Amino acid sequence: MHDEPVGKVSWVSGPVVRTMETRGVHMLDMVEVGDERLIGEIIGLNGDQATLQVYEDTTGLKPGSPVYSTGYPLAAELGPGLVTSIYDGILRPLKALADATGIFIGRGVRAPSLSREILWDFTPVVRNGQEVTPGMIIGTVPETERIEHRVMVPPNVSGIVTSVASAGKYKVDQEICRVRTPQGDEVPLMMLQRWPVRQKRPVTRRLPADTPLVTGQRVVDCVFPMVKGGAAAIPGGFGTGKTITQHQLAKWSDADLIVYIGCGERGNEMTEVLVEFPKLIDPHSNRPLMERTILIANTSDMPVAAREASIYTGITLAEYYRDMGYHVALMADSTSRWAEALRELSGRLEEMPAEEGFPAYLATRLAEFYERAGMVETLGGSTGSVSVIGAVSPAGGDFSEPVTQHTSRFIGCFWALDKELASARYYPSINYINSHSAYTEFVADWWKKIGGEKYNWEAMREETVDVLRRDDKLQQIVKLVGEEELPDEQKLILDTARILQNAFLQQSAFDEVDTYSVPEKQLRMLSVILHYYHRGSDVVKRSIPIYKYQQLPVRNEIMRMKSRIPNDKLEEFDTLERAIDEQIDALIAE
Amino acid sequence: MATEIGKEYVGVQRIVGPLVMIEGIDGVGYDEMVEIVSDDGKLKHGRVLEVGTKAAVVQVFEHTTGLSIGATKMKFLARPVRIPVSEEMLGRTFNALAEPIDGGPPPIPKDLRPVSGAAINPTLRHHPSDFIQTGISAIDAMSTLVRGQKLPVFSASGLEHDRVIAQIIRQAKIIGKQEPFAVVFGAMGLKHDIADFYRKSFEESGAGNNVATFLTLADDPSIERIITPRSALTLAEYLAFDVGMHVLVVLTDMTNYCEALREVATAKGEVPSRKGYPAYLYSDLAALYERAGQVEGRTGSITQLPLLTMPNEDITHPIPDLTGYITEGQIVLSKALQGAGIYPPINVLPSLSRLMNDGIGEGRTREDHRNVSSQLYAAYARVKRVEVLAAVIGEEELSEIDKQYLTFGQHFEKEFIQQAPDEDRSIEETLNLGWKLLKYLPVSELTRVKEEQIAKYLPKD
Ligand SMILES: Nc1ncnc2c1ncn2[C@@H]1O[C@H](COP(=O)(O)OP(=O)(O)OP(=O)(O)O)[C@@H](O)[C@H]1O
Ligand SMILES: [Mg+2]
Repeated sequence: MHDEPVGKVSWVSGPVVRTMETRGVHMLDMVEVGDERLIGEIIGLNGDQATLQVYEDTTGLKPGSPVYSTGYPLAAELGPGLVTSIYDGILRPLKALADATGIFIGRGVRAPSLSREILWDFTPVVRNGQEVTPGMIIGTVPETERIEHRVMVPPNVSGIVTSVASAGKYKVDQEICRVRTPQGDEVPLMMLQRWPVRQKRPVTRRLPADTPLVTGQRVVDCVFPMVKGGAAAIPGGFGTGKTITQHQLAKWSDADLIVYIGCGERGNEMTEVLVEFPKLIDPHSNRPLMERTILIANTSDMPVAAREASIYTGITLAEYYRDMGYHVALMADSTSRWAEALRELSGRLEEMPAEEGFPAYLATRLAEFYERAGMVETLGGSTGSVSVIGAVSPAGGDFSEPVTQHTSRFIGCFWALDKELASARYYPSINYINSHSAYTEFVADWWKKIGGEKYNWEAMREETVDVLRRDDKLQQIVKLVGEEELPDEQKLILDTARILQNAFLQQSAFDEVDTYSVPEKQLRMLSVILHYYHRGSDVVKRSIPIYKYQQLPVRNEIMRMKSRIPNDKLEEFDTLERAIDEQIDALIAE
Repeated sequence: MATEIGKEYVGVQRIVGPLVMIEGIDGVGYDEMVEIVSDDGKLKHGRVLEVGTKAAVVQVFEHTTGLSIGATKMKFLARPVRIPVSEEMLGRTFNALAEPIDGGPPPIPKDLRPVSGAAINPTLRHHPSDFIQTGISAIDAMSTLVRGQKLPVFSASGLEHDRVIAQIIRQAKIIGKQEPFAVVFGAMGLKHDIADFYRKSFEESGAGNNVATFLTLADDPSIERIITPRSALTLAEYLAFDVGMHVLVVLTDMTNYCEALREVATAKGEVPSRKGYPAYLYSDLAALYERAGQVEGRTGSITQLPLLTMPNEDITHPIPDLTGYITEGQIVLSKALQGAGIYPPINVLPSLSRLMNDGIGEGRTREDHRNVSSQLYAAYARVKRVEVLAAVIGEEELSEIDKQYLTFGQHFEKEFIQQAPDEDRSIEETLNLGWKLLKYLPVSELTRVKEEQIAKYLPKD
């Protein structure tokens, strides 16, 4: 199929190439360009002219060079071996590229996403003569200690099993099952399957998303909760903490699998994940985090067309594991770089720009992407989800720009990062006035099961938010008259807000204990702070000067509890609560 | 129609600013290097920006003055722009295309390398974590530089950034190590007196023989600046990854570089994005800034210290904004601090080093480093808020604690940030100084440091 050229290059401008005398090609076909066979994709057809975007550097490419078609669209190879791997935006394994061309990524290098050499331990689940439908599990493969790979009947195949491999070791491209379709065709199935990345994978139906994606990050879980199958955006100017937040979620959230896309960002950040994740232990499975992670790294210096593709390849992998019945969380850092890739390509295509040079179809593309998130009943009948968390990098840190604005319409969680908080090294710098979560009411039941009435998540959350809101209003007054002028009841609000901010919401990614809090610890912490606050009201009501309350030694314990009390020593909170009562009782008795 | 003379053509179609459109060509590749001879026999250089079956757009690095439609000769070299590289280039000064401009002979090349470089495979990067002591407290304690980092300086016109950079170059060292190092200095649109300042500074520090300079002066044609940083980084890559040296690359001024890019984009009639800069400015800058770091199996490293001037001291301007989105932090200089007589005028709050966390702490700097620095940040951020409040209600009306913060702030600026241009503080001195200043605050405020650390490091007068 690769041997007859389907056209000739007629024009080259960076990643955009036009061809002439083109025939026998379709929109979105993958093509190979020039003698080096650079990989590209057809993005426009007009008579015998095609427009291509090329995923590799086009230096030296000459008009007149041949163009070959692969005959199929950009598709992901699916099968065991994806987990723990690191790929570029078009799913070339970066380790194989390193073996081929060394420290600098060379051109025209071809490497399959899945190794054709590895023998996988396949255990069949179906029998001969069994009727199978799309999405049904044919057999399983232990892909990592953590992930059981479930080989499925592809979405477009159904019929009767006429043969199935016995348990044993197979390569991904060996036949492991054969299905006779109602039309009488015999379809051989392998572990290796393909799916066009720009097309979403089918499901039976969407399910309501009401289970929290527990992240261990207190400001997320307790104030702006995320759900499994939800979509979230993290907008913020440079250096406000988008990447660290994404890393924290990738490390600690209770998803089964993480797809992490470094889309047009720094090489060192991907290296960091590669170095760190194999060493870090997932608290939910006690296995190295890498065993549930797939990385896609199309860094900012890699070709811009492959950056555009990386979002789609990533979400296709996420959907594939969702279809096995897993809860997958996908992080895309940064969707703005993807949008800029669109803009850059659109500019070279000389399309009419809409807002700020972005193409008019930006909003549609964003909607299509976030729509691929969701909690679903899979074709195979199980429950799975894809949660999407996209970083947004607004130009100038200004949230009124098009990518932030359009994104905010398609997501349920908006974690707005704040430059001022970040510059005070207050992390996560999530601004609790500008942020919101549409999922709060859906997760309340889940929390009720964890905390019961004693540690009532919903009530404590409401009170927390209320204190923060009132603090925000009071701060306007403080700016004019200073804090000293306020009555003690109001000072107590300011004081409690400060404790909430510093002792609860602020959470260091770099502190061993503080980096991740189990839900129970989060509830206990909130409960301690609110208890101290309620007792503070007792103090103020008795006209005892508030500074005495502020100078109680127990306060220091509260301020330090986040990094002092580990996840498995929650009984220490009892001691802390008793100390609060003792000291306040003593103060009142004075 | 151009007349074909072998690979050479005579006559062009159109000349617009730095761009030349030529027709009637054949077999020309994208991004190919071009030699251009003007009517009066002057040799110029360029590269192919766009190519069709019969026509090409060529960007000329030098002035297009003197080129005519009828007589301009163009020779397509069938290869990308490349420069010679060798260790002999240290101690020498070159133009953007690595031709010597110091009167000396051309160095004997070890290799010829394309200047555009290629992406480093992230699986072969080595995560940087070696602390570089600059001897400047505001940097070492608060926005620590590590080897292999790209840490730009955001400045504004009239600020003393050249002095700061010269001080960093002079004082930068890895504690306890003596390793081969080099400085590659890429100057874009530099004024003559500044170029002289740097030359003197390198000579005085005795580092002159370890410095290779690629110089385009303010009155050189602006388009040359597009090649300067690429040539500098190409030599740096050779020195770091082939020879094994630790290379510090200084690129100044990236604002001039970006303006040259904009000039070309405008001449091409491209759809601009913010403030007229091309939509690919992010990708273009990333292709430069990402050429820093350490890689597996090679001993050397590239640390980048680019400088840019923020137009109107506006950090949201596309140049600092996109730079900040790519680099691993930034050192921000401030006119207000310089106005208050503080050198170096480093505004620590918007400054950041993203690699700091891996370069500090026990065994690298000191176990308390992360927490002290975080505490100083929190305290100084509060100082800035209190100052605003004080301006409204008057200093006397402030609460006792706010007054203490103000005192802390004054000492922090005058004793911690402020230091002499030749004062080289050890990290130990810097951190102790930080603790000494925290003494101006009540201990109950010090919640970001551990109690053990307070016991150990807070002076007990
Ligand atoms: N949760 C956190 N705990 C501790 N430090 C943090 C946290 N979040 C961010 N930081 C600090 O802030 C720095 C910048 O964060 P990060 O790299 O995530 O920013 P970003 O928003 O992704 O920026 P950019 O858009 O430029 O990529 C980090 O290097 C780290 O020092
Ligand atoms: Mg980031």
